[in-house]
Amino acid sequence: MTRKQKRMSVILAGLAFLGAAAGLTFYALGQKASYFYMPADLATASVPPGQRIRLGGLVEKGTIVRGQGATVAFSVTDKQKSVKVTYTGILPDLFREEQGVITEGAFGPDGVFVADSVLAKHDERYMPKEVADGLKAKGVWQESKSQ
Amino acid sequence: MVETGHFALVLAFALSLVQMLVPLVGARTGNQRLMAVGGPVTVTGFALTALSFAALASAYAGSDFSVASVWENSHSLQPMIYKITGTWGNHEGSMLLWVLILTFFGALVAVFGNNLPATLKANVLAVQGMIGAAFFLFILATSNPFIRLNPAPIEGRDLNPILQDLGLAIHPPMLYLGYVGFSICFSFSVAALIEGRIDASWARWVRPWTLVAWMFLTGGIAMGSYWAYYELGWGGFWFWDPVENASFMPWLAGTALLHSAIVMEKRSALKIWTLLLAILTFSLSLLGTFLVRSGVLTSVHAFATDPARGVFILCILTLFIGGSLTLFALRASQLTAGGLFHPISREGALVLNNLFLTTATATVLVGTLYPLALEALTGGKISVGAPFFDLTFGPLMLPLLAIVPFGPLLAWKRGDVVAASQRLMAAFALAIAAMLVTGLFINGASVFAALGVGLAVWLVAGALTDLAVKSGAGSVTPAVMLRRLAGLPRSVFGTALAHLGLGLTLLGIVGTLCFGTEKILTLRPGETVELSGHTLRFEGLTPQKGPNFTEDRGRFLLMGAGGNPDGEITSAKRFYPVRQTVTTESGIRTLGLSQLYLSLGDENKDGSVVVRLWWKPLVTLIWGGGLVMMAGAAMSLLDRRLRVGAPAKRRKPAAALANPT
Repeated sequence: MTRKQKRMSVILAGLAFLGAAAGLTFYALGQKASYFYMPADLATASVPPGQRIRLGGLVEKGTIVRGQGATVAFSVTDKQKSVKVTYTGILPDLFREEQGVITEGAFGPDGVFVADSVLAKHDERYMPKEVADGLKAKGVWQESKSQ
Repeated sequence: MVETGHFALVLAFALSLVQMLVPLVGARTGNQRLMAVGGPVTVTGFALTALSFAALASAYAGSDFSVASVWENSHSLQPMIYKITGTWGNHEGSMLLWVLILTFFGALVAVFGNNLPATLKANVLAVQGMIGAAFFLFILATSNPFIRLNPAPIEGRDLNPILQDLGLAIHPPMLYLGYVGFSICFSFSVAALIEGRIDASWARWVRPWTLVAWMFLTGGIAMGSYWAYYELGWGGFWFWDPVENASFMPWLAGTALLHSAIVMEKRSALKIWTLLLAILTFSLSLLGTFLVRSGVLTSVHAFATDPARGVFILCILTLFIGGSLTLFALRASQLTAGGLFHPISREGALVLNNLFLTTATATVLVGTLYPLALEALTGGKISVGAPFFDLTFGPLMLPLLAIVPFGPLLAWKRGDVVAASQRLMAAFALAIAAMLVTGLFINGASVFAALGVGLAVWLVAGALTDLAVKSGAGSVTPAVMLRRLAGLPRSVFGTALAHLGLGLTLLGIVGTLCFGTEKILTLRPGETVELSGHTLRFEGLTPQKGPNFTEDRGRFLLMGAGGNPDGEITSAKRFYPVRQTVTTESGIRTLGLSQLYLSLGDENKDGSVVVRLWWKPLVTLIWGGGLVMMAGAAMSLLDRRLRVGAPAKRRKPAAALANPT
């Protein structure tokens, strides 16, 4: 091979490699990324049971039920609709009523959202950004809540 | 004092303008006197920034709540150590630390760069000055830490409790030393592009800087990972959080740069590529700063969201990345291409390393930025987490790790894979043995776990093989071998240590992910729980009072073989009244290389407490491996070949000595 051919073959091999990596990346983005919804969005979007999503909103007042052992049930609301959530594990330190949370998991066949992780903001002064934006979009954002 | 600091900061900004313009003009016109201005101005700029930082730190230490930043992030009851570390535990102060380190590195070049060609030094300092000027302006315009409050509040609002930890003293400074250290590599690259040529001193300078920056970035990431592990109480060491990725991308690119700089230094090949990598690595550091500081991400690191800051940093980002890449596009073709090599050679192996690492960087970049781009374009909100990275980053890393031991055993220019394989037979046998032992004798081991353990052993044994082969094991007497081992260049040890550390980290990750166990349960005082052969007895909750918090501390006795207590673990729920914040202090007990990890949850009405308990086998190796990698980088830095400021005439014999390896 001449120097030029050698260089071309190296470049082609590199491009094929990059192409494969890019293909894998976009496949993974399609399969493994989880979408964010708020309770009212779920009325229009059809989310089949078992599909992983992130569900965000406020913890509805008076809905926190500590059940058997470490399982907790509560409702997540965006002041229009609310969704029942169950979670087994330790809730984040800033988890409380009326607090913005993001839960990640999937709907069970009974329509209850089974979360395997619950995120609250690390600091009492802020609300998760997705939740704040969502509440603003729905027109139920109260500025005082974030301060 | 505060006004002195403020004034010093403004002066430092003014000097950075001089630093970016005068040496640059001097280098263009060949004016020695103008070029010589760069050095003293850079050093003075550093001294002023240090003064400014000291002023802020003393305001924090003295709880001067008339300063807005102190009022928002400090409290008079805080322990002194957190008052001081609180200086950079907020947006304004951490940006001041950023420029402090930037000017520090610039001053190092100014002081120790006397053997650099005058124009190169002038241009490097000018580029450092440009970066400095941009960030000084950013601080003064949008994030001034010296803003006063009138009237001054009596008491501060306390530092975010999660940051009230020793980790804050170590993690950010180390991470910044890494991030900002790459700015020197960037400045050298841009300076080379401005001049349109790269000479030998370029490579001799860029490689040690890359090593220094890489060493600190490795330490900063490892420290951050351990901090998150014990502080957040979730028991995880890596979350693929965008902010973590922001520091991981420069690390991956920096690792690639570290390897390609070797080729450039030893064989003067891959010049243009190395230069591009240096630009990209610092660009990723800037991107990291943008992601963390602009508030586009929800994270513990995003201290406050102010759109003006985000826009400003985005402008800096565009200016520097766009500018340097444009310059690269215009000038790169002027640089002479380097030497030729056979695909199967040390150079070839390093190119492969670069291909894998840069592709891996790209996948992390896509995973980090795609959700932001999607939201900006369609408003859709998605989250990209571990499942994505397992599927993309994982398959890229496995082959890379598998070929690591071959690299150092291949000769420059034209290598012999068969000979290298023969030398690695013992390591390979060991890896297969480890795989079989794991797969057959450990209960519940998956194929993946066995492969992972085998790969980790392969890396460790491969690194040791490299040392053994280079000291002539098998062909000479042990005494001669030891003497040869001691005489090996330090950089050979550095390589072996870094690769060994990588193997240890992998072993820790595989051990924790594949053999770890966990339990979530409720416990009443007196009840016991058993996990992977360890029995814990819950002794109950005791209320306690700290300097600026109250806590409920849960005591757990670790029961030994005879039913006697064998030490205790405590975990607490802390309440910080000033911020009305609750945090969890996890309880950790290290047993050998493994850890028992315990996290306290909420108390139920019947007096029982939710407890989450993990057994994490070999988990300490994850960070221990990071320390070994740092030691490897330090060892390489000690190599006399790289000693900055070593007389130029020694270059020849050193290169000749290093070549036969």
